Amino acid sequence: MKKRPIIAVFVFAAFLIPSIFTACGFAPDSESGVIGWLFSTVSQLSSGIWLSLALFMFTLIFSMPLGLLVCFCRRSRFKVVEMLAKFYISVMRGTPLMLQLLVVYFAPYYVFKIPLSTDYNFYAAIIGFSINYAAYFAEIYRSGIEAVPKGQYEAADVLGYSKSQTFRKIVFPQMVRHILPPVTNEIITLVKDTSLAFAIAFVEMFTMAKQIAASESNIMPLFVAGFFYYIFNLVVAFVMGKIEKKMNYYRE
Amino acid sequence: MNLLEIKNIKKTFDDLEVLKDISISVEEGEVVSVLGPSGSGKSTLLRCATLLETMDGGTLKYCGETVCEDVDGKSVYVSKTEIKKIKNYFGLVFQNFNLFPHYTVYKNITDAPIHIQKKDKKEVEKGVLPLLEMMGIADKADYYPCMLSGGQQQRVAIARALAMNPKMLFFDEPTSALDPELTSEILRVLRSLAEMKVTMVIVTHEIEFARNVSDRVIFMDEGYIVEQGKPEDVIDNPSNERVKAFLNKVKKA
Repeated sequence: MKKRPIIAVFVFAAFLIPSIFTACGFAPDSESGVIGWLFSTVSQLSSGIWLSLALFMFTLIFSMPLGLLVCFCRRSRFKVVEMLAKFYISVMRGTPLMLQLLVVYFAPYYVFKIPLSTDYNFYAAIIGFSINYAAYFAEIYRSGIEAVPKGQYEAADVLGYSKSQTFRKIVFPQMVRHILPPVTNEIITLVKDTSLAFAIAFVEMFTMAKQIAASESNIMPLFVAGFFYYIFNLVVAFVMGKIEKKMNYYRE
Repeated sequence: MNLLEIKNIKKTFDDLEVLKDISISVEEGEVVSVLGPSGSGKSTLLRCATLLETMDGGTLKYCGETVCEDVDGKSVYVSKTEIKKIKNYFGLVFQNFNLFPHYTVYKNITDAPIHIQKKDKKEVEKGVLPLLEMMGIADKADYYPCMLSGGQQQRVAIARALAMNPKMLFFDEPTSALDPELTSEILRVLRSLAEMKVTMVIVTHEIEFARNVSDRVIFMDEGYIVEQGKPEDVIDNPSNERVKAFLNKVKKA
């Protein structure tokens, strides 16, 4: 049981190998047998896999800090800022992500008449996902910050820590520990949500799998894609579990 | 010289008047115990003195330096930079310790002196071991607070306050979260601090301790100081009816 995630990493790596081959220009022979079919399917999927991965990574990189900013605004003592952040969060959470992607993708042209190149959909996907996930992360951060007891602020205050020092040294490290389980949830959801990018003609892995399935009249490519999501999430859960364990050096 | 001087402090929460016109001063080397029933305003008084709460009216001075002044019945505080400096004059020990759980004992004690007060790192580090020895927890420097008993945690909290080199220490019911055995541990530490002439203001329910250790006892009720003086006078011969009733109940229990 304990070793399974490690095996998952290997399986994941093994599956990536064909796609790396293809990326390097090798076109494997796909004439014979299950292995050959698998190899060719995965190499056909490969550009989608990399795009999904890229979308996932960039979304995390941008949405996590952006979420902190939104969280600060949400907790601001200026009522206007707080209201704006609340509104932002409620819209981001209350409307479909797919709709948000469409807005980010089409609004610049249809509303502002800005001509955009065809590969804008890659950036639109990253922007759309980042602003959406930032809202969720903001609320997770807020729950983590509010879980830090008031006494911690008071102790820091009496010892002369400034507000920013208190946040950086006392609150933030404790917050991180509180939020790891919900953040893991959110990241896992993100892995699967990347498939929504098809709405703006972003050909990530799942879209590609659908195309292959349609052209071959075979449902198996979809399962191969599903398997990728599953393995990838095993890796996410494994890594996050490790981090959680690392943060467990103290109790409250 | 008076280390602490509070005059005519007033504090209201919503509609509840918690402190009504209280004045106290504390001299260097003095140990003052503050007694009184729950809700009498003891903790609020301490929190106002340690700047965790802002007072509505009255003046507050440390070592003759003004923290806030009464202007037309309203307290007006001095600038942030001055307050930052004045915060070095006192330390506070909480009822529930409030140690930083993600820092070791060592880091809990050294972080503020090194990074906030910007004292020399070597100097601060040299001072840690004697402090821990004084508290009887010299072997616990690398432990996290969660690995310590309540009494040990409170001793770390006292060491953390002392490491800042304050002119005086406040204690907000330092033994209320502890069982009787651990309570006596902490009271022993406080007694030794009193012998070293550390200026202290202690909010406590330990009547016996207050009698034995303090130079002066203040009895509070409903936002007023109803009696104050030498412990033998206030505790053994109270003149105020409210004090008599309270002490009788405590002694019977």
